[in-house]
Amino acid sequence: MKWTFFHKLGSPKWFYEISGRWLPILGWAAVLLILAGTVWGLVFAPQDYQQGNSFRIIYIHVPAAFLAQSGYLLLAIAGVVSLVWKMKLADIALKCAAPVGAWMTFIALVTGSIWGKPTWGTWWVWDARLTSMLILLFLYFGIIALGQAISNRDSSAKACAVLAIVGVINLPIIKYSVEWWNTLHQPATFTLTEKPAMPAQMWLPLLVMVVGFYCFFGAVVLMRMRLEVLRRESRTSWVRTLVEQSIGRGGSA
Amino acid sequence: MIGLFVLLLKREALLLCRRPAELANPLVFFAIVIALFPLAVGPESQLLQELSPGLVWVAALLAVLLSLDGLFRGDYEDGSLEQWVLSPHPLFVLVLAKVAAHWVFTGLALVVLSPVLALMLGLPAQCFGVLLLSLLLGTPVLSLLGAVGAALTVGLKRGGLLLALLILPLYIPVLILGSGALQACLHGMPATGQLLWLGSLMVLSLTLSPFAIGAGLRISVGE
Amino acid sequence: MTFHSIGEFLAMGHHGPYVWSAYGITALVLILNIVMPRLARRRYLQSEARRLRREMNA
Repeated sequence: MKWTFFHKLGSPKWFYEISGRWLPILGWAAVLLILAGTVWGLVFAPQDYQQGNSFRIIYIHVPAAFLAQSGYLLLAIAGVVSLVWKMKLADIALKCAAPVGAWMTFIALVTGSIWGKPTWGTWWVWDARLTSMLILLFLYFGIIALGQAISNRDSSAKACAVLAIVGVINLPIIKYSVEWWNTLHQPATFTLTEKPAMPAQMWLPLLVMVVGFYCFFGAVVLMRMRLEVLRRESRTSWVRTLVEQSIGRGGSA
Repeated sequence: MIGLFVLLLKREALLLCRRPAELANPLVFFAIVIALFPLAVGPESQLLQELSPGLVWVAALLAVLLSLDGLFRGDYEDGSLEQWVLSPHPLFVLVLAKVAAHWVFTGLALVVLSPVLALMLGLPAQCFGVLLLSLLLGTPVLSLLGAVGAALTVGLKRGGLLLALLILPLYIPVLILGSGALQACLHGMPATGQLLWLGSLMVLSLTLSPFAIGAGLRISVGE
Repeated sequence: MTFHSIGEFLAMGHHGPYVWSAYGITALVLILNIVMPRLARRRYLQSEARRLRREMNA
């Protein structure tokens, strides 16, 4: 019984219909949560006694860093599904989630670097979190570059899947070795986000932002996946009727 | 299975020995990179000694990377890779034999060459044991991880630069632990912890990466 | 409310440039991520509609 759901996932048409229903919910949830979290974090949250107001960057830096890591995990999971069950939808997910994850890593890096200026006095510090984010960005670039270099669609997806799995096994090793390297060279004086005890007024908006970023990530990946499904299925009759309908409505939707 | 492995190893060794110039290339590259640093940062022996752990390891990383591009290329172009994927023997035996031969002729050669270059950088003699041991444990990881990238990019026309992009981020733990071991030794601290970690990384990559390499080869051949 | 006036809010206690540039860049990237797939989708639907019309006429 349970498996019928799993097999249905392999059908592009079913996915297109169901994701069409989910997309508006996810999208609006993301917009509302991110707006609420931003206002809460910028206006209502108290300022940090040590860092003052620059600490408010936490409300975008930490969610982006979360998504950067979860995004890579998602790539690896999609890779396993694609290699084991040969599911085309997993190929599409892998291809579509990689650029979004890279953008999240980029946000985490840029905001971390901007945050570092008032905190440490320089734009870039080889802090453990920032360094592993930089390496993660390189890992994302590797997957994107490999996917674009191989022209055959199926082997490109499979190669990316293998690379994502190898990367995700390496990721904890990289993370811990970078942390170890960091404590060795500059005895941890002041890490950006590790606070002994954050009051609820500070971490509640953070929680809202994290959930909002997850919804945002999901919505953008779904949007990209839906387009990719249309491209791959452009010869089927259901896509044709869909395109014909969209002519009537001016090509949008 | 072991007989097959030995047979393959002999074949690889024979093939590699026929092109001695190609074998020497990574070693010469290693020496040149090491020689570049004093020219770039100045010949002060104190500074060079302080930097030497990092320099030796970065140079070793790049030298291994350079040699990886051709790892499967010859076999891919003449079609023997395809024969291997189709053959009833397990693919990981072939993969292990190829990587082992590659390691003996580049990794092990780098290990042998490294004391001479470390001497030129002013690394004290009591650290040579740690240098040799760390390279001995670290270079197999470099060969194995690199072979994953080489397998994935073997079918591409210009895989070299892409290979570097794929593989160098994965090399970072080895770089940190290897140069960390040397640095610890340089400052008179025990390096056992780092060496043990390098050893466990080697065991881990030895068990897992043959499967990834095999999968990569299947994908590249199937294209 | 931690701020007493709009000016104080914008200044962010001398950290204004950092906070606002971080939020600005993030907003830009997020909007870009929404707009790009939407534009690509519209372009795809238009080109596909043209192709269908050509095929119908032919």
